[in-house]
Amino acid sequence: MTHLTLGQQLLDSCAALLLLLSFAMLSQRRVVTLVNLYAVQGAVLTAATLLLAWRTGEGHLYLSAALTLGLKVAFLPWLLHRLIRRLGVYWDTEPLLNVSGTMLVGLVIVVFAFALAQPITLLASTATRSAVGIAVSVVLLAFLMMITRRKAMSQVVGFLSMENGVFFGAMSASYGMPMVVELGVALDVLVGVLVLGVFFFQIRERFESLDLHHLEALKEHE
Amino acid sequence: MLLVGCVALLLGWTAIGLAGLLRPRSVVLSGRVLFPLGALLGFALAVLAGASLLGGGIERLVLPLGLPGLPAHLRLDPLSSAFLVLLGAASGGISLFAGGYFRAGEGAAPGLLCLQYHLFLASMGLVLLADDAYSFLVAWEAMALSSYFLVTTQHRLAEIRRAGFLYLLMAHVGAICLLLAFGVLQGGSGLFTFAAMRAAHLSPGWAAAAFLLALLGFGAKAGLVPLHVWLPEAHPAAPSPVSALMSGVMLKTAVYGVLRVGLDLLGHPVWWWGLAPLALGLLTIVYGALFAAVQTDMKRLLAYSSVENIGIAFTGVGLTMVFAGSGMPVVAALALLATLYHCLNHSFMKSLLFLGTGAVLHATGERNLGRLGGLMHRMPWVAWLTLVGTLAIAGLPPLNGFVSEWLLLQSFLFTDGLPHALVNLLIPMGAALVALGAALAGYVMVKFYGIIFLGQPREASLVHAHDCGWLERIGLLWLALGCVLLGLFPLQVIGALGAVTAELVGAVVPQASPHWWLLAPVPGRPVSYGPVVFLTATLAVVLMTVLIVRLTYRQRVRRAPAWDCGFGALTARMQDTAEGFGQPIRHIFQPFFEIERELPAPADRAPRYRIAIAERIWKLLYEPLVRAVERLANTVARVQQGRISVYLLYSFATLLVLLAVAMAS
Repeated sequence: MTHLTLGQQLLDSCAALLLLLSFAMLSQRRVVTLVNLYAVQGAVLTAATLLLAWRTGEGHLYLSAALTLGLKVAFLPWLLHRLIRRLGVYWDTEPLLNVSGTMLVGLVIVVFAFALAQPITLLASTATRSAVGIAVSVVLLAFLMMITRRKAMSQVVGFLSMENGVFFGAMSASYGMPMVVELGVALDVLVGVLVLGVFFFQIRERFESLDLHHLEALKEHE
Repeated sequence: MLLVGCVALLLGWTAIGLAGLLRPRSVVLSGRVLFPLGALLGFALAVLAGASLLGGGIERLVLPLGLPGLPAHLRLDPLSSAFLVLLGAASGGISLFAGGYFRAGEGAAPGLLCLQYHLFLASMGLVLLADDAYSFLVAWEAMALSSYFLVTTQHRLAEIRRAGFLYLLMAHVGAICLLLAFGVLQGGSGLFTFAAMRAAHLSPGWAAAAFLLALLGFGAKAGLVPLHVWLPEAHPAAPSPVSALMSGVMLKTAVYGVLRVGLDLLGHPVWWWGLAPLALGLLTIVYGALFAAVQTDMKRLLAYSSVENIGIAFTGVGLTMVFAGSGMPVVAALALLATLYHCLNHSFMKSLLFLGTGAVLHATGERNLGRLGGLMHRMPWVAWLTLVGTLAIAGLPPLNGFVSEWLLLQSFLFTDGLPHALVNLLIPMGAALVALGAALAGYVMVKFYGIIFLGQPREASLVHAHDCGWLERIGLLWLALGCVLLGLFPLQVIGALGAVTAELVGAVVPQASPHWWLLAPVPGRPVSYGPVVFLTATLAVVLMTVLIVRLTYRQRVRRAPAWDCGFGALTARMQDTAEGFGQPIRHIFQPFFEIERELPAPADRAPRYRIAIAERIWKLLYEPLVRAVERLANTVARVQQGRISVYLLYSFATLLVLLAVAMAS
């Protein structure tokens, strides 16, 4: 049993928390709670980034942490809450796959993700062994959430959570992406959410509901 | 140096086309200035290419254009020179005619037509000059697209849009085959210059595959049966100068392509490859001639006649390859000569005929043979010049059509030298089919000319028909002159084409006769043909007859009303119609046609006779093909569920599979 430093242990705890939050999101049907969980995930991510910044002394990670805090903990959740209030979607309907089934599939995915991360963690010179596996799990679990939900709002939260996973993966594997890339991704997410917000209003206006099965009518008929 | 000149002329065509956009609505600028200027460039191109042909040299040029690592390679050798002469000389006449033909208010604006037309010319030139697969295909597609826009000039008519689509579809099917053919030809070297393809060593199987793909690809452009279906639709849809250019010149680029791939890029052909173009060519000859005989639309009739003539050219290509592959270079040279000569001839005579129909169409607004007739008196220029083309394409001496068909038949007679017993037996039957095709072509041309120009006008409105303008006359005159000269001086033409046969099959056709006027291309056989002698003798006989008749009957001329069988008054409705003239052919070859007939009942007060003739090939080949494609497309369309979850699942599954693959490797 190798001895981990305090910092490393804290970082692993953060990673575990992220994974736990992902599962919580997967099982949550209240959209408001989903957004809150997303905000908490952002907060954990901020903490992990700060921790890493403190340990490695990389200056740009502080900036990155600040960006995460501002964007993922404050601005996006606020935007989403506002959207929820204005659209009046507080609950998602029954997901396509029931909660326990989704959780089981999620477990399999986590195992797969860890198996996948094995060769990468062996190569990684950093001390964040388990973090890569968790990052991949977070991405895949978020993807799973997008697949199983019916409401557009939950899918947006899934999409954002996926970005969290990517961010965490990049941070733990190579101490963060270059600043330019990070800024670019942050901007993309922001614009993506704004565009999707506009879409929500359009979809609701057209179908008087945000349920995505209405969009099936858009396919080309034979 | 000549190559640089040719490239400059092609650029000149492009510039003329762009100049048309300066004032797109101006008929004066496009018609009176730009089209004649384009014709001049055409003649200049013919002169330059002719000089290169007589010189017999090869020039190369690499332009700093095209893909990284594959700049545009150009090459001017005897084969491309021969076809450039054809392009320049035929397009010169057509451009002159087009200058007088296009008017405002007919479909697209004249300036736009000018651009498309000259881009079409330039891209055909580039096809002939290209020396790497990339620039060849770019030029090939530019040619297809520009001609597509020309075909759909009157795009407001749904029927014309449909014809254009069919043309574009077939052109693309052909282009895909060519793409694959070039992919095979580079033989794994990854080099797409023609020089690399010549050097590549292919296994016999792959070489045969490359040749068959090229045959399909070029056959789709040329109109080889069963890939000819676009021709009878697109030619009537296009304005007449465009039909002339497509039929007279563009189809020949496909023949050029087959010769380039089969005899040049693939090196020494295997003899049995030639059987494919030979068999398809023979089928095409008979098929085209039969369908031409039963048409009632004059441009459709000419389109089927083009199909027939392309069959003759491909038969020649097939014979060339059979002979070249069997180690008989001199006979191969004879067959190749017949092919090239026929291409040259056809470019003149078919352009002439299409332009003639264009003049008739402008004068009468009528394409249906049943409503024409007696135009000889109203349009003497068009009628007399078209007569030259009609006689030439019917294969009558001393005009040019006879020479090439005669040469082709001569080369058929050498099969006894082939080392394959069965082929020995079968190929002479091909000669019989060529002869049948020639006879049917004569029949078709009698129908074509007789019904349009002879007899009495079938409609009252035909009285107002007028002859064409002076630019159109010059264009027609040039093409008719070409038909006459190519017919009268075959020896000189054959001499000029010698460089091509030397390049492709390594032999020239020897001239057995010591006289400049006597064509005797077959050493050791007592066959010869002297067109000038023939013409002189014919003229002498005619003159003598006229003189004798005049002298003998001078005093005994009796004027009386024409014999009218006791009907009282002969009307235009008593003439033979297009349907009636084609009836014997329709009757004899009934299994070929799909005939839909409406006969009037005996007691009918307003009797109506209607007949529609379709090709069986649509039901036998194309409709099942279309259904199969649709079924396949519907099967694939099941992937499109319309549910976002399913689409996300596709991405998710793809991601998982890719990750698993990455993990495993």
